[in-house]
Amino acid sequence: MAKSGADDQAKGLGRREVLECMVWAGTGVLWTVSGGVPHSIGLIGEAAAAEATTGFTFLQMSDSHIGFDKKANPDALGTLREAVAKVKAMPTKPSFIIHTGDITHLSKPSEFDDSDKVFGETGVQMHWVPGEHDLIDEDRGKAYLDRYGKGSQGAGWYSYDDRGVHFIGLVNVVDLKAGGLGNLGAEQLAWLEADLKDRSNSTPIVVFSHIPLYVLYKEWGWGTEDGQRALDLLKRFGSVTVLNGHIHQLAQKVEGHMTFHTALSTAFPQPAPGSAPSPGPMVVPADQLRSKLGLSTVTVMQGNKPLAIIDKTLT
Amino acid sequence: MRTLVNQLRRTVARLTPARTVLVAMLLGPTAGAFLAYGALAAQEPNEVVIDNFTFGPKDLTIPVGTTVKWVNHDDIPHTVVETSTSRAFRSKALDTDDSYSFTFASAGTFSYFCSLHPQMTGKIVVK
Repeated sequence: MAKSGADDQAKGLGRREVLECMVWAGTGVLWTVSGGVPHSIGLIGEAAAAEATTGFTFLQMSDSHIGFDKKANPDALGTLREAVAKVKAMPTKPSFIIHTGDITHLSKPSEFDDSDKVFGETGVQMHWVPGEHDLIDEDRGKAYLDRYGKGSQGAGWYSYDDRGVHFIGLVNVVDLKAGGLGNLGAEQLAWLEADLKDRSNSTPIVVFSHIPLYVLYKEWGWGTEDGQRALDLLKRFGSVTVLNGHIHQLAQKVEGHMTFHTALSTAFPQPAPGSAPSPGPMVVPADQLRSKLGLSTVTVMQGNKPLAIIDKTLT
Repeated sequence: MRTLVNQLRRTVARLTPARTVLVAMLLGPTAGAFLAYGALAAQEPNEVVIDNFTFGPKDLTIPVGTTVKWVNHDDIPHTVVETSTSRAFRSKALDTDDSYSFTFASAGTFSYFCSLHPQMTGKIVVK
């Protein structure tokens, strides 16, 4: 990192908080990311101990594709139920769940009904952003906005604060341009600029959207055309965590104070970038499916550690 | 025979006609005949097949008055949306094996894309 500690202090970053992500897959084996040097958090019990010291844990769930019943997973609702059962069994109840889109497969009323029912069973507050699969009703998004868009702007973007952290939900699956990638659009970017304007650099930021905000794999459309403009607006903050879905696999990178993380799906895996003729549901042996699905636990920690994330894959 | 042909459709749809003929020759007269028939049955002249996040053929030239049919063979929904802001045509989301048809009443070049996966593009030239 180029910045010296003195610069950080000058910018008021001394009391920044560090976000620690722990990804826990359907198998119950922990995949971990943490600040500083590489280390493994270990099993779920240890993760629970870690979160007990902070008292602030939330979950990221993604790409539930309720209604999907093809070969890659004939019962996507069933595997979502399994994930929800894991949430219900957590020793410490998460503060809320962020869902990073593709809640449903085809935006059907019955699929949204199942979403209400199954996520409702967690008893945990939900914060949603839509995926492209959630906006394909006849009215192109009305079904989603009627259910989950209350209090949001435009196509469903919004922000909120929780225990000193500023959370921003962005929509990058609307008004996509031929040949292009995900899209935020001028109106949303102007809103974001205004939303951030009066916030101090030391405010920890968590920003979430369906499609990755950076270009992860252009050939498959895995990126956001104007995502860099949003990231430029976030650059001055001391701790920025970007949570995305869409690609149904773990991907991580750190750039300066920014940490990028994409979550697993609860429905089906997709191939690694470029490893297949196209993206889309990937069929794996039935006994391996659950090792490709999962959810993420994110713990906000008070402290003065440098923000760095090291990933450890599932075994 | 129809069932067998249907089973072969997806495989054959990925092959070019020239390759299909080659495969047919290598397989010998009986199986080859099935495959050759499959190749013909797989795609009608004015049909665009969506497979592996790709429109095939990507470019299609047709006379005025032709109806083009798009069929989605992926396990993911796609759309067919004309690129210009006037949206000369726009399908609803096509689930697996759903199709959409549009009749081109006037000459012109119509670029289109999938509004869910905009890296998927195609073109219809109407003469």
